[in-house]
Amino acid sequence: MSVPKVPPKRPEGLLFEQSTPGKRGCEVPAAQVPAAAPLDPRFTRETIEGFPELSEREVVRHFTRISRLNYGNDEGLYPLGSCTMKYNPKVNEKAARLEGFAEAHPLVPEEAAQGSLRVLSELERFLCEIAGMDAFTLQPAAGAQGELTGIRMVRAFHESRGNPRQVVLIPDSAHGTNPASAHLCGYRVEEIGSDPRGCVDLPHLRERMSEDVAVLMLTNPNTLGVFETEIGEICRVVHERGGMVYLDGANLNAFVGVARPGDMGADVMHVNLHKTFSTPHGGGGPGSGPVGVKEPLARFLPVPRVVRTEAGYRWRSDFPDSIGRVHAFHGNFGMVLRAYAYILANGAAGLREIAETAVLNANYVRKQLEGTYHLPYSSPTLHEVIFSDRNLEKHGVRTLDVAKRLMDYGFHPPTIYFPLIVKGALMIEPTESEGIRELDAFIEAMIRIAREAEEDPEILRTAPHSTPIGRLDEAAAARKPILRWTPAASKGEA
Amino acid sequence: MRYIPSSPGERRRLLEAIGLRHAGELFDSIPREFRLERPLSLPDPMPEADLVEHLRGLSEQNLDPREAAVFLGAGAYRHFIPAVVDHLISRSEFYSSYTPYQPEFSQGTLQAIFEFQTLICQLTSLDVANASLYDGASALGEGILLAHRARRRRRIVAASTVHPEYLKVAATLTSRLDLRIETLPSGADGLVDPGRLAQSLDPETAAVVIQQPNFLGRLEEVEPIAEAAHRAGALLLVVVNEAVSLGLLKGPGSQGADAVLGEAQSLGVPLSFGGPYLGFMAIRSDFLRELPGRLVGQARDGAGRTGYVLTLATREQHIRRERATSNICTNQGLCMLAASIFLATLGKQGMRDLADLNRARAEYAKSRLSRIPGCRIPHGGPTFNEFVLELPREAKPLHRALLREGIVAGLPLADYFPERKRDLLLAFTEVNSKSQIDRLAEALGEAR
Repeated sequence: MSVPKVPPKRPEGLLFEQSTPGKRGCEVPAAQVPAAAPLDPRFTRETIEGFPELSEREVVRHFTRISRLNYGNDEGLYPLGSCTMKYNPKVNEKAARLEGFAEAHPLVPEEAAQGSLRVLSELERFLCEIAGMDAFTLQPAAGAQGELTGIRMVRAFHESRGNPRQVVLIPDSAHGTNPASAHLCGYRVEEIGSDPRGCVDLPHLRERMSEDVAVLMLTNPNTLGVFETEIGEICRVVHERGGMVYLDGANLNAFVGVARPGDMGADVMHVNLHKTFSTPHGGGGPGSGPVGVKEPLARFLPVPRVVRTEAGYRWRSDFPDSIGRVHAFHGNFGMVLRAYAYILANGAAGLREIAETAVLNANYVRKQLEGTYHLPYSSPTLHEVIFSDRNLEKHGVRTLDVAKRLMDYGFHPPTIYFPLIVKGALMIEPTESEGIRELDAFIEAMIRIAREAEEDPEILRTAPHSTPIGRLDEAAAARKPILRWTPAASKGEA
Repeated sequence: MRYIPSSPGERRRLLEAIGLRHAGELFDSIPREFRLERPLSLPDPMPEADLVEHLRGLSEQNLDPREAAVFLGAGAYRHFIPAVVDHLISRSEFYSSYTPYQPEFSQGTLQAIFEFQTLICQLTSLDVANASLYDGASALGEGILLAHRARRRRRIVAASTVHPEYLKVAATLTSRLDLRIETLPSGADGLVDPGRLAQSLDPETAAVVIQQPNFLGRLEEVEPIAEAAHRAGALLLVVVNEAVSLGLLKGPGSQGADAVLGEAQSLGVPLSFGGPYLGFMAIRSDFLRELPGRLVGQARDGAGRTGYVLTLATREQHIRRERATSNICTNQGLCMLAASIFLATLGKQGMRDLADLNRARAEYAKSRLSRIPGCRIPHGGPTFNEFVLELPREAKPLHRALLREGIVAGLPLADYFPERKRDLLLAFTEVNSKSQIDRLAEALGEAR
């Protein structure tokens, strides 16, 4: 059993509260040139009001202390279903910091950036092979931006044939960004229900599919961790009426090297590099959401595109049908580079082993916990398994309480309350980065918590007990939001 | 595989526990017709030592940043980054954590975001800032959507001196919505003419967009522009893509800006060939309910202790789904953290000194370069660390010639404005030493 970390002895005040006039953490280089004549005061500020003044020592201590209030994947299991928190190989961090990459300006002439362009070009080729697609763009800076890019291309495709169509079909279990992205492309969203297995309700899809549907957005394996077994038929139904299939590749992790979305009939898809290819998620970002397409959509890809010529790698923007640009420069190159390193480190065999181990681990957790926790869907599990709090209700304990109590056992809680179609959902995704020892420790903690729910539910309802801070009143925080420090507010608290 | 901790024996135990004999059976739910019957066609796995060697080799196919003299800006700026920045963001508690969905286990990230929100408010002189957006361009796109929602009007007037790529990204983002972005040409001085702007506004205009310093490096007079926009009932959105300028220039919020949208890559984030960068958005509190992206607020626990939580999530796509007005999901957490550490380290005086130093270097370059016969500064007047230099002949061949000497002489503006064939956009920061600037001046003098 992992040991909960010892909370720091005192809370860490804000940067601003530790500031003392006259201190500084860094000197700037000597000017070497004469001082410039002062600017007209119409343009300049006297000072930056309230800005911190600290020594380097204090800055280091402050951020080190607040880092200790965080739980990271390097510390232990982080089983956030659908978020895929896996190990971030350290060599990738080294790769991203190589000076030739880290200090490359995005607007240098092509001949001065051949190394970076080659990385972009090769990763595009790798992703095409992995996904079974014909072309990729690496511009989108996150999965949600990838969705928007993909749907925009679908819209451009339909427009080129004279009718953009009006509707996007999305299963009720989808990520919340799917409908939002479709909406931003000017589409009306219609929901498709799930059947008892947790898959797309095929009769419902047949009924709703029409010449007005531009695209079906499908997450496969879906957010229940279940593979859409009827994917071939789903694609046929959509294609027959001239629609396209968008595959949300958030869960590619579960079958990388085993099967390819392009072979199943997907016309367009995005890949979250951090999920399948291990780029770190840094407390909420950066992400990267490359989009792959089949040939009929390739002419709509964002510009510029990197091409390989006899004279080396070049940027090309002369694609008149392109939807335009989605990033100021070339996307999140630092993330692309890490994913490229990860694919090279693993090779084909390694990628397949990732899928096998991720699925194996999820099924092991399922096997050990079913019976103790309620399993709302009994379909075969791929990379993540969903439980619900139904067995605990009689003790007055809910999913949130289980999640909070897990922290006392030293584990980050799973994703909770998602997908929306499961009441009191607990979505566990161990990923391939865990060995049997860590899995067993987690399972033991989950079983103990279920026992506590019976014997001492209060200890769950008031959890966590060993964290630096207790349950926070989120409702009060939203009613009277304090969204920044101000000198007056800090006095009020003292 | 080195990243997977299970031994073959342990894998067998796991398989047995779930009642399977072969790993292949794990995928029985995937129809056989779709299963790949061959290995992916990818290079063989590389041991770490070979991988490092391969990547180093590729990095050396790029221009050597230590030997070259690069005077490129145009929305991405090379600055010195204090060692503490990389050291602290490399702490695994920060970089190997996720979105702070569980506040009790994520106070470090949450407090850092709260501090970032405060720092951005202070720099921009505005009331509220979010936890960051993908990049400066997406910040502008989201700013335009915000103005569209807040004013329920469909026309956006943007100065032609807003970063051209930002305008393209905003156009892609908004092209299928009921709004249009029009550009307003700048005057011969490279600035927005407030009189001409006022005439172009109508009751359908939701927002005026300008950039400070603008894409040509010139400093706009924000107040008259703000007055013109407000008189027409439109918001003023100010784009900032060189955040170091805010160490010296007035926060646009104090000059009437309703929102400041920008790129904070300059604050401790490496160039990295264009990303990941750090979009930011600060607004007047009147528009809080329209603000996209994550927000962190202060909260209290049962014992009365102060902590931090994600808040006002009802604005987001998690709840509103198909009615959502933005699909923004992630933020740029690690870049946001880098910027906070950078700003805390430089501090109040350091930011001013850095801005002054950048400007001093640029002013020195101006005086050196404008003395070269045939070269001139076409738009006189105040600039920050970037300006346009007009050459006696076409810029592109000259730019190419200088590259062979290891000098990247800024950006030939013809790349964005075809009529500006003789213009270079040059940027100078503290990493461009006096001797580098002298080298540029000499090389330009010889090559012209």
